[in-house]
Amino acid sequence: MTRQLSAALKALLVLTVLCGVLYPAAVLAVGLLVPDRAAGQPVVVGGREVGSALIGQPPSGPEWFQGRPSASDAAGDTSGGSNYGPSNPDLATDVAARRKALLAANPDAPQPVPADALTTSASGLDPDVSPAYARWQVARVADARGLDRARVLRLVDEHVQHAALGVVGQDRVNVLRLNVALAELGRG
Amino acid sequence: MSTALQTAAAVLLVAAVVAAVHVPLGTWMHRVFTDDSDWRIERVVYRLVGVDPRTEQRWTGYAGSVLAFAVASVALLFVLITVQGWMPWSLGRSMDWHTALDTAVSFTTNTNWQAYAGEAGAGHAVQMLGLTTQNFVSAATGLAVAVAVVRGLARVHADRIGNFWVDLTRATLRVLLPLAAVAAVLLLLGGVVQNLASPHTVETLTGVQQTIQGGPVASQEAIKELGTNGGGFFNANSAHPFENPGPWTNLLEIVLILVIPFSLPYTYGLMVGDRRQGAVATGVMGFLLVGSIALTTWAEAHAAAGPLASMEGKEQRFGVVWSSLFASVTTGTSTGAVNAMHDSLSPLGGGVPMVNMLLGELSPGGVGTGLYSYLVVVVLAVFIAGLMVGRTPELLGKTIGRTEVTSAALVTLTMPALVLLGTGLSVVLPVALDARLNDGPHGLSELMYAVASASNNNGSAFAGLSADQPYLNLLLAGCMFVGRFVPIVLVLRLAGSLAAQGKRPVTAGTMPTHTPLFTTLVVGTVVIVAGLTFFPSLALGPIAEALS
Repeated sequence: MTRQLSAALKALLVLTVLCGVLYPAAVLAVGLLVPDRAAGQPVVVGGREVGSALIGQPPSGPEWFQGRPSASDAAGDTSGGSNYGPSNPDLATDVAARRKALLAANPDAPQPVPADALTTSASGLDPDVSPAYARWQVARVADARGLDRARVLRLVDEHVQHAALGVVGQDRVNVLRLNVALAELGRG
Repeated sequence: MSTALQTAAAVLLVAAVVAAVHVPLGTWMHRVFTDDSDWRIERVVYRLVGVDPRTEQRWTGYAGSVLAFAVASVALLFVLITVQGWMPWSLGRSMDWHTALDTAVSFTTNTNWQAYAGEAGAGHAVQMLGLTTQNFVSAATGLAVAVAVVRGLARVHADRIGNFWVDLTRATLRVLLPLAAVAAVLLLLGGVVQNLASPHTVETLTGVQQTIQGGPVASQEAIKELGTNGGGFFNANSAHPFENPGPWTNLLEIVLILVIPFSLPYTYGLMVGDRRQGAVATGVMGFLLVGSIALTTWAEAHAAAGPLASMEGKEQRFGVVWSSLFASVTTGTSTGAVNAMHDSLSPLGGGVPMVNMLLGELSPGGVGTGLYSYLVVVVLAVFIAGLMVGRTPELLGKTIGRTEVTSAALVTLTMPALVLLGTGLSVVLPVALDARLNDGPHGLSELMYAVASASNNNGSAFAGLSADQPYLNLLLAGCMFVGRFVPIVLVLRLAGSLAAQGKRPVTAGTMPTHTPLFTTLVVGTVVIVAGLTFFPSLALGPIAEALS
């Protein structure tokens, strides 16, 4: 058994060098060829990094499009969902509170409130909302900025990413990219 | 597009890719494990390890090597996690001793249950040196054991079933590393991050502070799925946008999970010289998987008719269909990665993944584990059929005698014993009851899911459970170790006794094991064994919740 254990330790060390050092190092080297991807697609506005296109951002004022609710407030230091089961009364309480707040902040928006606006995502960092929820926010955002609602709606429509082949994934709107475009629209 | 149509299209897409790959990959693995010559780098490895690659082992020696490698792995990983504070790229992250032990056992047993959050518990050094390495070698161990069992069926009057160190090295260097490297680059191109950055704070466009994480994620993500490991780099696992940024990476990850488990039956067919045997295995595995995908998606789509559209705990880019598909695939194999929070699935939508695990994970099962779990069921099915028609039970010319059937029966009993005793113990202990997030039947499901996940070496969770406490860490570590290595020793014993036999000629009295009838019998055995064992507990958990 001692012989087996010593072989095991040696095998583990050799394989650690191959799988735990050389392999990730090789992928890191490939990453140098696509630095933007390797770094998580940072979004830079005016020379300043304002986030990652892949990471949903914390909620903010009415003049910005909002992402989905997050169990971690999208702080980014952790990730995960609420883990509430469908029968959990806390889920019903949270959803009711969100619905009330959303309707108060969006008096001109139609009923019903889109489902992704009421539910927390799995990661707490979902970068996307449904096209329905993005459009649902248009009146509030346009009014807060004194912009034409039709113009903002057009901006939303330009930012809809469709499911590939209509099958792979779901239609969605990246909130940070939309907000960056929105900020430029106000300036232009 | 309706959910049913989208599901069908998604399943067809995944099936088409896996079908295209399984013949070349299955053929390649057959060559890898029957090759008489070594690669140059492998000879270097054997010299460093001090083994003679041409000396084969009896089943006892093979099992001894597997266990020695497991013990060394747990010990080294535990030490590595404990001392990570003194290593570079550790970002000040740490774990309690019981969390470290749980993690060390978890990654060594290919479970990848995580009581820690990646963002807080594991620095880049531990992720690469410890966790990425175990992602490879634990999968390679499973592959090695499966191949040894198939050798037991294929060989005649033999007392040796291969050399574990050779199988381990070849599985790693010829199968897992090349595939993982390709997959990692594809994932990187798809947006999965790969860097050594520390988390840094940015001020967002709207003036709020946010932390952006970094890490060597693509390299780990690739082998996490390919090796059916499932341990997330981040807490949110494959739901985290840095692990799984879009629909295409999601599709790739699903394919990676399935590709080796569905190619191994082809390898098995080639090794025993009868490809039809492999086709039966593929049929059983595919039938169970498609059935569970259909049930999960149906349950989630049904729940999606409500005002929340089943979107609690799901990502917008995946939605109901691709989350349900992922949930079935990750629990039908022994992966346990998640791209949606299973705790928030509908009662039946979360019940099906649990049933997938309780079936013993052979739809199609983990890398290697799926095939040997399947062969154990085949032994049982042959035995039962033999009893029914009054003939000597035979599989591929080998008699299923006392040694064979007791080994198979003990394998089949190990996991249920762990699940039922572990869950039963936990529901009477306040320390475990207090760990639940949800109450009532859903709370029972949380506990049972955890023990089932550990005992089956799956690793997915109803993550509401606060599992990071000494009792649950130690209970689950015990379940993971016993649930992994007791079956491994028993299937190697089975392999040893099969290899020692001669081959009985096929006669008119031989029951063929490649017919649709036999396929049905195997599926029936799987379903009935799990149904009889677990129906009462399922009735108190997901079924009660669905009915209330």
